[in-house]
Amino acid sequence: MKDSILIINEKDNVAVALKDFDAGQKASAGDMEPIRVLEPVPAAHKIALRDIEPGENIIKYGETVGKSTARIKKGAWVHAHNLEGGR
Amino acid sequence: MNNPGKIYGYKRADGRFGTRNHVLVMATVSCVNGVINRVAKEVPDAVCIPHGYGCGRGGRDREILFRVFSGIIRHPNIGAVVLVGLGCERSNIKSLLPLIDTSEKPVTCLNVQEEGGSLKTADKAVKAALDHLSAISGAKREPMDWKDMLVSIECGGSDAFSGITANVAMGAVSDWLIDQGASVMFGENTEMIGTAHVLARRAQNSAVAEQITQMVERAEDLTKQILGKKAGLAISPGNMDGGMSSIAEKSMGCIVKGGTRPIVEVVDYGQPPSKKGLILQDGPGYDPDSLTGFAASGSQLMFFTTGRGSPAGFPGIPVIKAASNSRTYRAMEDDMDINAGELMEGKPLNRLTDEIIDRMIRVINGELSKPEANRMDVFTMLTVNPSF
Repeated sequence: MKDSILIINEKDNVAVALKDFDAGQKASAGDMEPIRVLEPVPAAHKIALRDIEPGENIIKYGETVGKSTARIKKGAWVHAHNLEGGR
Repeated sequence: MNNPGKIYGYKRADGRFGTRNHVLVMATVSCVNGVINRVAKEVPDAVCIPHGYGCGRGGRDREILFRVFSGIIRHPNIGAVVLVGLGCERSNIKSLLPLIDTSEKPVTCLNVQEEGGSLKTADKAVKAALDHLSAISGAKREPMDWKDMLVSIECGGSDAFSGITANVAMGAVSDWLIDQGASVMFGENTEMIGTAHVLARRAQNSAVAEQITQMVERAEDLTKQILGKKAGLAISPGNMDGGMSSIAEKSMGCIVKGGTRPIVEVVDYGQPPSKKGLILQDGPGYDPDSLTGFAASGSQLMFFTTGRGSPAGFPGIPVIKAASNSRTYRAMEDDMDINAGELMEGKPLNRLTDEIIDRMIRVINGELSKPEANRMDVFTMLTVNPSF
């Protein structure tokens, strides 16, 4: 099956959507267990790969790109509404 | 890729290898560009560089001018040189020659003020260029090692996909190159803002880490001073629409093109590295200026990732263009070597990486990249002060 998300670094807790997702669609890359996408996510945006607690680091490229401001469920859209970038 | 493939280049007197064997015809000041343009018409096989520099600047601009000119003239892709000067300019041939070891390659010097004017100079330059072409045309490629390669990576005209397709693939290619023993350089200090701590952590030692921190601080201060407090520190609504949620995320999308290996050295704009490995250049984000810095540092091959679609190349040095998305690739297929947008269509990263490496090896060995075939030559350089 074609990859529908991109996990840039193995440390990442978010993946990049390779297409526009609707709620309920399955997302996967390589031989990973597919995850259910909980809400619409546009292509190039981020999807949580696991449950993320408030205040936890958001990891993409293997590096911290922000902190979570809410409880983010696996399969949820991660963006400015639940990620605080600092600076 | 298990078999890295063999690479071949032109061995030069200073021990470096060229991926090309060109005759360079270069102005030492903009006043004589017309002469260079006449030569370009008569000798299309020569690499002709007219440009806007050579006089009327001082201080750091003078340093950069001499470093860049001598770096381009000495570049291993250049087998012979015709320098066309005026005579009274700042970077006149007499001042340049001590920086060039003329035993390395034949250099013909002509000054318009001494050769009887522009037309007579052009005639002499044409003859010299043709003689040089004939003299170097018999040179043969020899096996070279990856440690003889300095590959640079530029990103320009970026879009929301650059940081998740083309630059990610380039990061994997960069790691592969370092692991083969090659050196890789990337720059664009303004695009490192917000990631100094990440880059510094990857420095080979604390001195390099300190240089990285200072370089990014200077870039940030200058950006604030000239473009305003928020410039470069905020992300635009367009970035947000593209899925970027923070400045750190945006900058990571830029620096990911350099891969993950330790950073061994920070070099000034156009300065040749003294170490092997991953190198940072303290240079600007403006693509043509940045490419000139890489070239003057001795890069024999450059990658250029682009989202919106820049066709720019560099005189005499192959530039491989990678589009970040399929729409741009299809819209500018004449200019694009690689479609990294295929990642968005589900192509596995390792397959794309292997294809880029394969294409790179072919281009090193002589296959023309798109900007090279199209002669999309651009030559500009960093200046930091006004002209006088």
